[in-house]
Amino acid sequence: MDTLINISSALFLLLGSFLCVSGGVGILRFPDFYTRMHAVGVTETLATAMILIGLMLQNPDGLVVLKLMIILLMTLFISPTASHALASAAVHNNLMPELDKKEDNEKETSSNS
Amino acid sequence: MLIAATIAILVVMIMAIVRGIMGPTLYDRILAVNMFGTKTVLLISLLGFVMGRPEFLDIAIVYALINFISVIGVLHYSDASIFKRSDQQKK
Repeated sequence: MDTLINISSALFLLLGSFLCVSGGVGILRFPDFYTRMHAVGVTETLATAMILIGLMLQNPDGLVVLKLMIILLMTLFISPTASHALASAAVHNNLMPELDKKEDNEKETSSNS
Repeated sequence: MLIAATIAILVVMIMAIVRGIMGPTLYDRILAVNMFGTKTVLLISLLGFVMGRPEFLDIAIVYALINFISVIGVLHYSDASIFKRSDQQKK
């Protein structure tokens, strides 16, 4: 039973680390503000949940699990709210997404020909 | 596995700092700071477990609240005229 809990905790931590790193690669390599925000906003909540659940499995103490639950709930409420406020502020201040018009034209010409 | 997760989060924080320095617009920088703050909450709680002192979770809770307040505060000022003028000057 103990090894099962340890293995599942390690799996959760590993998955959370992978999601964190994928969000970091996304914020570096995506071409546009909105795509970057997609990468960060999608991975952030899930990675945080995975890592915090992994930490919850590490320690069966009641108070620690309660604090981790509080952090998890706050992150799950705060992170989408901040992402929404950021996106609405960017749209409000006329930051347009980069549309790849060149590739669309090429597709249209190739489909026409 | 705790130490591996800590190292992964440190790498992601470095990536967020790089985007915050490179960021072409103001909102990229705010996004990078927001991501950095969330990863700091995770780093503090992981470090508490690595060092065997789960009391660090209190600091993590406070840091999550401060992060949210700071992001919302900066966004509130970005609706004001100061940042709008700087954006229009760039164009």
